[in-house]
Amino acid sequence: MSPRFRSALAGTLGAGLVLGLAACGGSDDSNDDSNTAAQSSIDCNLYKEFGDLKGKTVTVFASIVTPEDKAYKDSYKPFEQCTGVTIKYEGDKSFETQILVRAKAGNPPDIAIVPQPGLLQQLVATGKAVEAPATVSANVDKWWGKDWKAYATVDGKFYGAPSGANVKSLVWYSPSEFKESGYAIPNTLDELKALSDKMVADKKKPWCAGIASGEATGWPITDWQEDFMLRLYGPETYDKWVKHEIPFNGPESTAALDAVGAYLKNPAYVNGGLGDVKSIATTAFQDAGLPILEGTCSMHRQASFYAANFDKGTKVAEDGDVFAFYLPGKDGTSKPVLGGGEFNLAFADRPEVKAFQTYLSTDTWANIKAKASQGWVSANKGLDPNNLSNPVDKLAAVILLDPKATFRFDGSDMMPAAVGSNAYWKQATSWITGQDTVTTVNNIEKAWPK
Amino acid sequence: MFAAILLFAAVVGIILFIAGRFGGRRGDRVVAYSYLAPTLLMLLVGLVYPGIRTIYESFFDAAGDVFIGLDNYQTIFTDKDQLTVLTNTAVWVLLTPFVATAIGLLYAVLVDKARLESFAKALIFMPMAISFVGASIIWKFVYAYRPDQANVKQIGLLNQIVVWMGGTPQLWLLDWPLNTLLLIVVMIWIQAGFAMTVLSAAIKAIPGDIIEAARLDGVSPWGMFRFVTLPSIRPAVVVVLTTIGIGTLKVFDIVRTMTGGQYDTSVIANEFYSQSFRSDNQGLGSALAVLLFVLVIPIVAYNVRHIRRSESL
Repeated sequence: MSPRFRSALAGTLGAGLVLGLAACGGSDDSNDDSNTAAQSSIDCNLYKEFGDLKGKTVTVFASIVTPEDKAYKDSYKPFEQCTGVTIKYEGDKSFETQILVRAKAGNPPDIAIVPQPGLLQQLVATGKAVEAPATVSANVDKWWGKDWKAYATVDGKFYGAPSGANVKSLVWYSPSEFKESGYAIPNTLDELKALSDKMVADKKKPWCAGIASGEATGWPITDWQEDFMLRLYGPETYDKWVKHEIPFNGPESTAALDAVGAYLKNPAYVNGGLGDVKSIATTAFQDAGLPILEGTCSMHRQASFYAANFDKGTKVAEDGDVFAFYLPGKDGTSKPVLGGGEFNLAFADRPEVKAFQTYLSTDTWANIKAKASQGWVSANKGLDPNNLSNPVDKLAAVILLDPKATFRFDGSDMMPAAVGSNAYWKQATSWITGQDTVTTVNNIEKAWPK
Repeated sequence: MFAAILLFAAVVGIILFIAGRFGGRRGDRVVAYSYLAPTLLMLLVGLVYPGIRTIYESFFDAAGDVFIGLDNYQTIFTDKDQLTVLTNTAVWVLLTPFVATAIGLLYAVLVDKARLESFAKALIFMPMAISFVGASIIWKFVYAYRPDQANVKQIGLLNQIVVWMGGTPQLWLLDWPLNTLLLIVVMIWIQAGFAMTVLSAAIKAIPGDIIEAARLDGVSPWGMFRFVTLPSIRPAVVVVLTTIGIGTLKVFDIVRTMTGGQYDTSVIANEFYSQSFRSDNQGLGSALAVLLFVLVIPIVAYNVRHIRRSESL
């Protein structure tokens, strides 16, 4: 074979490879445009100031995967139709680790939907995140409470509008069971305790709980403790606790965990239909509340998104098979609300990205998204609760929009990763399987980065 | 994607072009090196550089900013959680290769020349075809727990057997060290098939005249195994042991899928991932990766030396 022929052959081979592979790729998923959200129109004039955006693309990366991602994609359609921008959405269940890797490696998406303020801070620290444009900042001032803006502010710079929100201070129960047994929805923590005791007297196991969640096993206990921290010591102490201005093994934190233990570590209270106290550690949190439907337990403390875990045929409503009530405050006067949420963080400042960020920070988008989705709420004050079709979402929205409510973000999500997504989860798991409270809080305190 | 393929084609083209310009005896060397160059380059970029970088980062703090010397390594050998990780890894590495090889060997000997041999082999080999994650999910069901209450039916095989025997169902994956042992069972279940295949092939390769001679000498079946079979397949046994040993050191999927490293079941590979990406402790994560690397080296070296020696025979 002559050298020339050989290289010619190589070229042909290469080209063949290219064509062969190209033929394999490129099959895009075709969405049906039959959703109502797609037909909603938006005020296109708002996006004129960003210039001609036709043919541009914005990539979005989030932790929400099929089927819930459909509502997101649908809610972007009015913007796409109005500006000609294509939104490429990518969901990944291990978003929390992947986004950091991608940001550090210099390959971030244009927009990331970040579910934790702590992670947002870490991403900003990589130096790759871009400050939110003035239009977004103005919208957030207009539509959200100050606390929400603070969660996305690092070193005085504001980075992104809140996307979705959820309410964690909820207790799931069976309305029909409550009616039959004559139980009233408690208005104070004491009443909650009294109700639990009454159920025990009625030969029931009042509570169901489960904290298994793969490597994140333990997180539901952190939510319990945060709720009690807020209720027993108020939002100011809670903030100090989250920022580590008071130690994790201080008296407040210890008492709050003990208060949780009075429920979760009480064999008479748990774990209806699921085993003993220890079974909490190995019961998947998704399954833990389901025994309410079978009547083996009566209450399950879990966030608004838990509605999605019930079977399709289950009626989730105030007069249905299962519903939720607000986990009461210490007394009737205060209304602390623990919750979570996501933020739209940008890694690029191209005009089309800014325009899209602006769209996501409007009340228009919140309402379009609300119509398109199940199990989604926003703390956007412009959101009309009537656009939410799911009664639990509506309840969550009403709680969030209540002027009396004091909202606080999930504390473990704001603590440093070494604590919030490692030591705290692990120690909480050991705690439920028998470790005492003092050892537990001491170990978490020790894990705090110096 | 398209650009990457074009680039690949271009690189291959250029190499072939350069290689084609040289001829004769002297040129052979150049041709050889130009074919090797892309591989060497990729090894350098994809293996050597990250390796050195990892070692470098293991001397820094969580954020990778402050030099802290050997502190991360000290943590690994003093922190209570990390010691559990080391203990678990040791248990894994000491148990899995030997038990899996023993089962594989026993099976290979028993099934050798038996009726339905290939069917029997297929049975034990099948788990090999299942991914680690798939196998873990299957075994998660085996260990599944339902409480001992009226109207509650067990869905886990193990607990159902316990109930049939009159016992109460257990939370198998909760208590250390039982949970680690039960995770090891999964690895053995997967690897025994591999051991059986290699060892069975080695047994079949034993020259017939040796066996004949031993038979004529009136060797008992045990003697046959002890003095003929085992010495003949020694190289294969070593290869199987070391290969499974290396695989076990790196075990990650099983722990992650079944317990997520919770309930004191974490091992080095899993802990390295958790520390690096979830706990955001780059330094400790890198140190764990380096430790894993250091632990694998002797086994790999032994393996390579052994293969070389048996080939030279």
